[in-house]
Amino acid sequence: MKQDCSKLDTVIESYRGRKGAMIPLLQDVQALEGYLSRNTMQYVADQLRIPAAEVFGVATFYSMFRLKPQGRHVIRICKGTACHVSGANGILDALKDNLNLPEGEETTEDMNFTLLEVACLGCCSLAPVIMIDDQTFGKLTPESIPAILEKFAYDGGDQ
Amino acid sequence: MSQVCVKVGVGSCGLAAGAGDVYLKLEEYIKTQNIAIKLEKTACIGMCFEEPIIEISGLERGAITLGKISVDQVPAYMDAYISGQHIDQGVILASNQDAIHNELLANQVRIVLRNCGIINPESLADYEAREGYVALRQALSMDRLGIINTIKNSGLRGRGGAGFSTGLKWTFAYNAKNDKKYVVCNADEGDPGAFMDRSVLEGDPHSIIEGMVIGAYAMGADEGYIYCRAEYPLAIKHLKIAIAAAEQKNYLGKNILGTGYDFELHIKEGAGAFVCGEETALMASIEGKRGMPTIRPPFPAESGLWGKPTNINNVETWANIPWIIINGADAYKQYGTEKSSGTKVFALAGKIKNSGLIEVPMGITIRDVIYKVGGGMKTELPFKAVQLGGPSGGCIPASLLDTIVDYDSINKTGAIMGSGGMVVMDEGTCMVDVARFFLNFTQNESCGKCTFCRIGTRRMLEILTRITEGKGKEEDIEKLEELSVNIIKGSLCGLGQTAPNPVLTTLRYFRDEYMAHIVEKRCPAGVCTALLRYEIVSDKCIGCTACARKCPVNCISGSVKQVHSIDQDKCIKCGACYSTCKFAAITKG
Repeated sequence: MKQDCSKLDTVIESYRGRKGAMIPLLQDVQALEGYLSRNTMQYVADQLRIPAAEVFGVATFYSMFRLKPQGRHVIRICKGTACHVSGANGILDALKDNLNLPEGEETTEDMNFTLLEVACLGCCSLAPVIMIDDQTFGKLTPESIPAILEKFAYDGGDQ
Repeated sequence: MSQVCVKVGVGSCGLAAGAGDVYLKLEEYIKTQNIAIKLEKTACIGMCFEEPIIEISGLERGAITLGKISVDQVPAYMDAYISGQHIDQGVILASNQDAIHNELLANQVRIVLRNCGIINPESLADYEAREGYVALRQALSMDRLGIINTIKNSGLRGRGGAGFSTGLKWTFAYNAKNDKKYVVCNADEGDPGAFMDRSVLEGDPHSIIEGMVIGAYAMGADEGYIYCRAEYPLAIKHLKIAIAAAEQKNYLGKNILGTGYDFELHIKEGAGAFVCGEETALMASIEGKRGMPTIRPPFPAESGLWGKPTNINNVETWANIPWIIINGADAYKQYGTEKSSGTKVFALAGKIKNSGLIEVPMGITIRDVIYKVGGGMKTELPFKAVQLGGPSGGCIPASLLDTIVDYDSINKTGAIMGSGGMVVMDEGTCMVDVARFFLNFTQNESCGKCTFCRIGTRRMLEILTRITEGKGKEEDIEKLEELSVNIIKGSLCGLGQTAPNPVLTTLRYFRDEYMAHIVEKRCPAGVCTALLRYEIVSDKCIGCTACARKCPVNCISGSVKQVHSIDQDKCIKCGACYSTCKFAAITKG
């Protein structure tokens, strides 16, 4: 593995010796690299002298850890109870349609959007709700989706 | 003249509704005025359906609160308030005039929410001005067992859902002999449809911290963790600010208030796993492992975090503690019923008018919660059921609306009190679909340790999906019941033991609806797509062609001014024709 690991090393060092540090460590690594690649997880395990299975086990258990590269913008669609009874499924279909996402895919081909389903965003009074990056959009209808996505359209440049 | 003060509600719900822009507009407005105006931030007052909300106060006319305020309205409202003009429109609360929601607050008893939406959650001084940390000073001068007895006598029960006596739980941790003990705050609020804890964490973080220091002191713990789900960034931000401020004023840290007592408090962010709300799984997660539950005993009070005695309470439980210490056990017991004392916070959501956060005394009927405090139904369709307790709870039908809110009465209905999510459903909600929704959730969130929870919930989900697709068989109901019993028996933790509840309660109260799906291949609520049938009513159709033009699969035929018809073999049941028709000439059923 030939890559610059100096930033990764700094993160690992900041947690070395601290008890119960695996989850915050992986959260920081993910914040640094965008996702947890196999190589990265192996590297973390080697540095900490623990089995890679232990790192991989934690990474696959929690839904916040991403094992694949993410789009520039992350769309979280709330599938909580209040959103479900207020038509979240229609919003999900509208998102998939507008993003041209094939079944089973989370990220658009141009890497602009990743669509994730989450249990509850806690904004139940605004149901149905989606969150794009850290902005929340509520009281949605399928018709309102294209205009919202337009705001995050990829202009072709660097992010 | 006293100073005009304006507060903006900037909790998650307010921000989502546009409170950030309202705040900026106020900043801009204040710069143009030649009188000093104080601008403050506060969190959620509970009336999420009225967000964005601002409160203007300071003049003799008293405080007024305005709802659903838009950026453009800001200057006019401010001008009117300052010049003494009467304001009527948009006023939702007012101290000296009638307002539509004055009664909404009057019907509540706010102990846990005593400061939410009133103080600036980032200000320790604001908290101190409302008896903040008075309870801590009092507790530190009390005998440790005296504190525990006060909590025991108050009758406070764990607000996380199970309702175990808090005082008794503290006694177990107190009795454990060890030189190291921990206290933990469970802020991993994972029930979909529940946001009580989020609001308290965002709106009054010091009340939780103060409760924890008091509890830790009583039980003899010197270190604590708040385990908060990472989906609540604002809550985590406010907690961090609050902990730093409390440390600076020596409410936390070494030699607290000169008493020689040390207590260190950390925040631990979750990483997205519903099962981590279970206490043994939560501790495994704090230790940095996969959050899987372990067998009890040993209970956390004997062997918890890193094998040390540990006491875990939920956010709402901790937030009650300072109030009880100041006002006493008897004052707390004046609210509620004999076996469930005090108040309970509920998050109202779904098809209810006043969706948001409320706090009511135990013993109130569910009917009063929904119709008096909650304002009744939002839609024109009649009430059908209320879902309590999230994926571990159940659906209570209209016939049981007079059930009172206490742990034991709600358990009798087959639902549970749970953490306080109340999702109201109308006749347009399909109960089989709701059951399927929850099983999909628990099936996804099962950690996989116990076979029945891991595979049993999956089999149940498959059966429910089959029923909603019109492929159900009559023996499916028996199978669901059999699986439910075995999952309850064969699971280690609360997730599995309660996972079948949504199915069992809907089977108990809405069996007819299951039968309609299975036998008649019909979804009475018109939700399950595969069972829908759209038809054109010939004497209402005027042949405007609107539906035919909208149909994505071109299955509607008929020429202009002639009655149209739908080719049922081609129809994909998308409902586009139904929502397009202006003459109610298309039926769904």
